[in-house]
Amino acid sequence: MPTFVYMTRCDGCGQCVDICPSDIMHIDKTLRRAYNIEPNMCWECYSCVKACPHNAIDVRGYADFAPLGHSVRVNRDEEKGTIAWRIKFRNGKKDMDLLAPITTKPWGSGHYDLASVPAPAKDTVNTELLYNEPKYVAMNDNALMTLESNGLEIKEGVYY
Amino acid sequence: MGYKTIIEDDIDILVAGAGLGGTGAAFEARYWGQNKKIVIAEKANIDRSGAVAQGLYAINCYMGTRFGENNPEDHVRYARIDLMGMVREDLAFDMARHVDSAVHQFEEWGLPIMRNTKTGAYLREGRWQIMIHGESYKPIVAEAAKKSADKVFNRVCVTHLLMDDAKENRVAGAVGFNVRTGNYHVFKSKTVVCGAGGASNIFKPRSVGEGAGRVWYAPWSSGSAYGLMIEAGAKMTQMENRIVLARFKDGYGPVGAYFLHLKTYTQNCNGEEYESKWFPALQKMVGIEYLDPEASHTTHRPIPTCLRNHAIINEVNAGRGPIHMVTMEAFQDPHLEEIGWHNFLGMTVGQAVLWAATDVDPKYENPELTTSEPYVMGSHATGCGAWCSGPEDVSPDEYFWGYNRMTTVEGLFGAGDAVGGTPHAFSSGSFTEGRLAAKAACKYIDDGKAEGIMVSEAQIARRKEEIYKPLETYTVGRNEIVAGSVNPNYINPRQGLDRLQKMMDEYCGGFGVNYMTNDKLLSIGLKKMAIFGEDLEKIAASDIHELLRAWELKHRYLTSESVFQHTLFRKETRWPGYYYRGDAMKLDDENWHVLTVSRRDPKTGEYTMEKAPLYHLVGDIEDEDLAKLKAQGHH
Repeated sequence: MPTFVYMTRCDGCGQCVDICPSDIMHIDKTLRRAYNIEPNMCWECYSCVKACPHNAIDVRGYADFAPLGHSVRVNRDEEKGTIAWRIKFRNGKKDMDLLAPITTKPWGSGHYDLASVPAPAKDTVNTELLYNEPKYVAMNDNALMTLESNGLEIKEGVYY
Repeated sequence: MGYKTIIEDDIDILVAGAGLGGTGAAFEARYWGQNKKIVIAEKANIDRSGAVAQGLYAINCYMGTRFGENNPEDHVRYARIDLMGMVREDLAFDMARHVDSAVHQFEEWGLPIMRNTKTGAYLREGRWQIMIHGESYKPIVAEAAKKSADKVFNRVCVTHLLMDDAKENRVAGAVGFNVRTGNYHVFKSKTVVCGAGGASNIFKPRSVGEGAGRVWYAPWSSGSAYGLMIEAGAKMTQMENRIVLARFKDGYGPVGAYFLHLKTYTQNCNGEEYESKWFPALQKMVGIEYLDPEASHTTHRPIPTCLRNHAIINEVNAGRGPIHMVTMEAFQDPHLEEIGWHNFLGMTVGQAVLWAATDVDPKYENPELTTSEPYVMGSHATGCGAWCSGPEDVSPDEYFWGYNRMTTVEGLFGAGDAVGGTPHAFSSGSFTEGRLAAKAACKYIDDGKAEGIMVSEAQIARRKEEIYKPLETYTVGRNEIVAGSVNPNYINPRQGLDRLQKMMDEYCGGFGVNYMTNDKLLSIGLKKMAIFGEDLEKIAASDIHELLRAWELKHRYLTSESVFQHTLFRKETRWPGYYYRGDAMKLDDENWHVLTVSRRDPKTGEYTMEKAPLYHLVGDIEDEDLAKLKAQGHH
């Protein structure tokens, strides 16, 4: 179904509602807990599963092709910069733990504010250069490539 | 209606839709417009919105010039052959010469890019792809956009662009509604960068019922890039060029890493290689210029994606399905096995869920592949989108009108899926296009092109009424019936979506008809679409969430109508394996070595179609192996 929510774990905090790209995690007005209001618009993207602070959300594969009895659980940790997965097969024969990094830096520390970097030199506005270019293209002092620099022309017709 | 009108005024650059393209625009705009007002409107939350919401395990467009790997023209040649020649090579060259600088910034922001421990270069999956641990690709990139933007309006679905009442064909901002509060949002802006998405779910999906969400492209990719721009009268190009994907069955898990890195391969149900036997007949359809297996085996030149689909489709039709991916060899290596699983967890978790549910262990069983329903988008192996100006130093006159990535509507720019003729941009290329569009938008403003914009109260009021009409229709019609969803006065968004998908499938070449259509079918389809357009005036929404679905459907409808018109116009089969024109089964370079360009008149809804010339980069572009083969009479 995509995603579903365990009644005893959800406290209705709304983190899943806030993050769902498909706008399908809503709070049930009577039970004050979250649920998936439109399973056939769920991509199983796990954004809500990862965002839930109580591990209250899980995924049961789409009913039209996935049999019951499997499990793919996840724990995403921004502080550690890792994501940990556990995959359990329906027949119990496979049970995998997989770990991957999600960032190489303390969360958000690699970003900068372009309003406070030195303003672009006036003449660069009329060039093809973007911020940090040409340096960041090849990480050296080479100029940005053009048709001329690469010995090219652009011509109408069929050329192969 | 009790909804408030919230006006955000004096915006310089409005980013409508912030996936990879939109975030690139917001980020770069701050550098060229340090004092400009930059605003993002996004229907979801930019930390997890767009096609990369789930993450990615590879960046599919990276030249590697710093490691001496490829030049931009190499990428143009690759995209050109893969799309059977139909590429805006000026835009592709421009994107490719900038794309590495985007990727190097991603790494600086903390995106884990894998390295080849022997060479120190980024770890290559294939010639163009590098491997990443990209679960947090989107939140990392979104962080950069948030730093640049003055304001981010999450959960505001942009429904229409605002047009200047003082000057014809000039953009003036956008309007939409908040999917939580229901409030009406008006963004008055000098420029708009359309970063909205391509279209999933316009062709009937193979999955049924609950699984209808397991589409290849995100279900929230509602064709809004096209819906917004078409409605504003922007010219579109290559909208017939839908894409069909060969993917793991049902879960649509990606195959790129499997083919390129794990060296898995395909075979039919009897364990035989099947592809090459379809090539001689296929070569007669498309010509040796487009399919020369010998050239492809000895050089870097790929066999076009659509032609490989063609072989799968025909082998299955010949009764030798299913097609299997041979994983049992590669998966004996525990390291490769782990990569195979990580690849899904990083970008298509649903495939891992499916294999766990069906006990498919690729170490002991070769999983099934299938060809998907078609998708309409502009950043993967296809190039649907708006007809945009290219860069001044590359583009010929027909492709240049002053500002890079500006559509034919003044002040309206595009990025990612929104830009036509630029396939193989993928995530990094879409971000790059956003950067290019943002710089050009700043220049447009500084050149005084956005002076004297006027937005009348009447326009704002008219759009408001239009936006909330589905709620009104529901309220009025609902009480006529006892209960349930069957009503003679309206249809709901799901019912409308089902009808759209059925029409697209049966008349426009979906999987249900083996991707086949013709002049007659398309003409019938267009008639049905016109009537469907009338019914969409009576679409009903019972709440704000359904109102979102109603507007997504309207964007999908405008996209689909354009696909019909373009498919009817191009009287040839340019991409066998994506779709077939049964009445013109051959590729026809004499008449159709052109780009198709359309415009829908915003006042009448009438379409006009034209052919635009196709320019190619020539010169020192061939690789040596290919040049040698050509000297021997190959193409």
